[in-house]
Amino acid sequence: MEFLQEILIPVAYLLSAVLFIMGLKKLSHPKTAPAGNRTAAIGMLIAIIATLVYRDVIDYTLIIAGIIIGGAIGSYAAKKVEMTSMPQMVAIFNGFGGGASVLVATAEFYRLVSGVGQLPAFTMTTIGLSIIIGGITFTGSIVAFAKLQGIMRGAPILFRGQQVLNSLLLLGVLTLMVLAVLAGAEEGMYILGIITVALVLGYMFVIPIGGADMPVVISLLNSFSGIAAAATGFVLSNNALIISGSLVGASGIILTDIMCKGMNRTIWNVLFAGFGGEDLAPGEGGAAAAAKPVKSYEPEDTVVIFENASQVIVVPGYGMAVAQAQHAVHELEKVLEAKGVKVKYAVHPVAGRMPGHMNVLLAEANVPYDNLYDLDQINPEFEETQVALVIGANDVVNPAARHDKSSPIYGMPILDVDRAQTVFVLKRSMNPGFAGIENELFFNDNTIMLFGDAKDTVSKLVAELK
Amino acid sequence: MNSDLLIQIYVFVLAVFVGFEVITKVPPTLHTPLMSGSNAISGITIVGALMAAGFTDLRLETLWGDLNITAVLGFLAIVFATINVVGGFMVTDRMLKMFKGK
Repeated sequence: MEFLQEILIPVAYLLSAVLFIMGLKKLSHPKTAPAGNRTAAIGMLIAIIATLVYRDVIDYTLIIAGIIIGGAIGSYAAKKVEMTSMPQMVAIFNGFGGGASVLVATAEFYRLVSGVGQLPAFTMTTIGLSIIIGGITFTGSIVAFAKLQGIMRGAPILFRGQQVLNSLLLLGVLTLMVLAVLAGAEEGMYILGIITVALVLGYMFVIPIGGADMPVVISLLNSFSGIAAAATGFVLSNNALIISGSLVGASGIILTDIMCKGMNRTIWNVLFAGFGGEDLAPGEGGAAAAAKPVKSYEPEDTVVIFENASQVIVVPGYGMAVAQAQHAVHELEKVLEAKGVKVKYAVHPVAGRMPGHMNVLLAEANVPYDNLYDLDQINPEFEETQVALVIGANDVVNPAARHDKSSPIYGMPILDVDRAQTVFVLKRSMNPGFAGIENELFFNDNTIMLFGDAKDTVSKLVAELK
Repeated sequence: MNSDLLIQIYVFVLAVFVGFEVITKVPPTLHTPLMSGSNAISGITIVGALMAAGFTDLRLETLWGDLNITAVLGFLAIVFATINVVGGFMVTDRMLKMFKGK
């Protein structure tokens, strides 16, 4: 038994950490990725079994009940969720991870206090950090979920003194933590205070962030859920938690960075600017262009242009997800390819509501991943492309980002669709995108608008081309 | 600073570097499964949850009167973390099966 406790269990934890790393490594290619995910799942199973054979376990009732309830909810959600709803699913799962960290750290606090009385400063600090980061992740993710699910309005919620209030809350929670570390026997009161303020802070931190900035927020909360797990690892002196938490923390930070670069904004600007809420002055180019009329066609008018093209590049955006148009788009691709037209997809890093959102939707519609291209790969090709087909994307194709210094999105890397011979833009109406910026692309001579629901329009195009 | 803690900090720093190395190699097309999969991995908190729920002196009759706080917190943590682990790995598997090459 001694051997089991002292050697075997730590080795099992190490093995599970190794399996997590190997699993993530296999995510470097779509072919090996499913095996990678299974490898990581086996790692998790080993960690769970190793914990359950600890001799200290004295009661399995709650454990079994918890696993059955959690497992039922998790597997039901995983089977039922629509691919278009993936961002909110990941958001709420991040929240559960953060919530679990808060609960575990709090439980450990009560266990230690009842055993040893006053806690060492370091232990109290890690408990505090685990609760603060986990608590912010929990309520922040719930707000992100509510915004993405449409329970809450996607627009930023802003009020006077918001940033002062948030700074005070952050300062307050850190002060409570210092007091708890110094306090001695009265720590219990401070713990409840820390939990409460952390939960309020998470809510306050996400409400001013607009729907289109959600890719950044979800990535950041993903990172937080990992860091919270790592902090809990310090609380429990458990290396499995420390390693796994750090891996997830690093992953989330990398994705956050990619999303910010995709918008040419800093993380601070995303978190604190309330983008899309204030009245942004339209760029000069936008204002001038707004006076010009747009060209609008019906689907049947486009047939000749499509049939004479040798290459069509499809640019999907959040609008494609909203309209659930991915399957119709794949139909269109097949019809065009049958006519000898080459079809490629151009995916902007921040298209959609989370990293890789468009790629998953297109994979669901059976579009092969080799047909999907990144910004850098595809941009040189627009010059020699006859048709660029923009489906529900807006700011990521606005040429003002290239040249109009007064535009709020100036400097953002965009897909150069305007350089194609003809640009078809599928859009519901002339309403501007999230930032309230007019898109000068719509007024270009080579741009033709196809108004209506994206799925209907694409289906009509398919019917006309057949 | 005791040596156990020092080793934990070593582990943390090295794991962050490994994380950066491994994750930068994941192609953008797999970023959504990466998020849901890493989400499942962050459900490793379940280890702590199991300890909290199972290691304390829990008698069923005390549940209603004298509340066993660590066991209750641990139970909730198990539910949360299991949703994360089971849901995360399953939905990632579902997504990854859809990715097909030519």
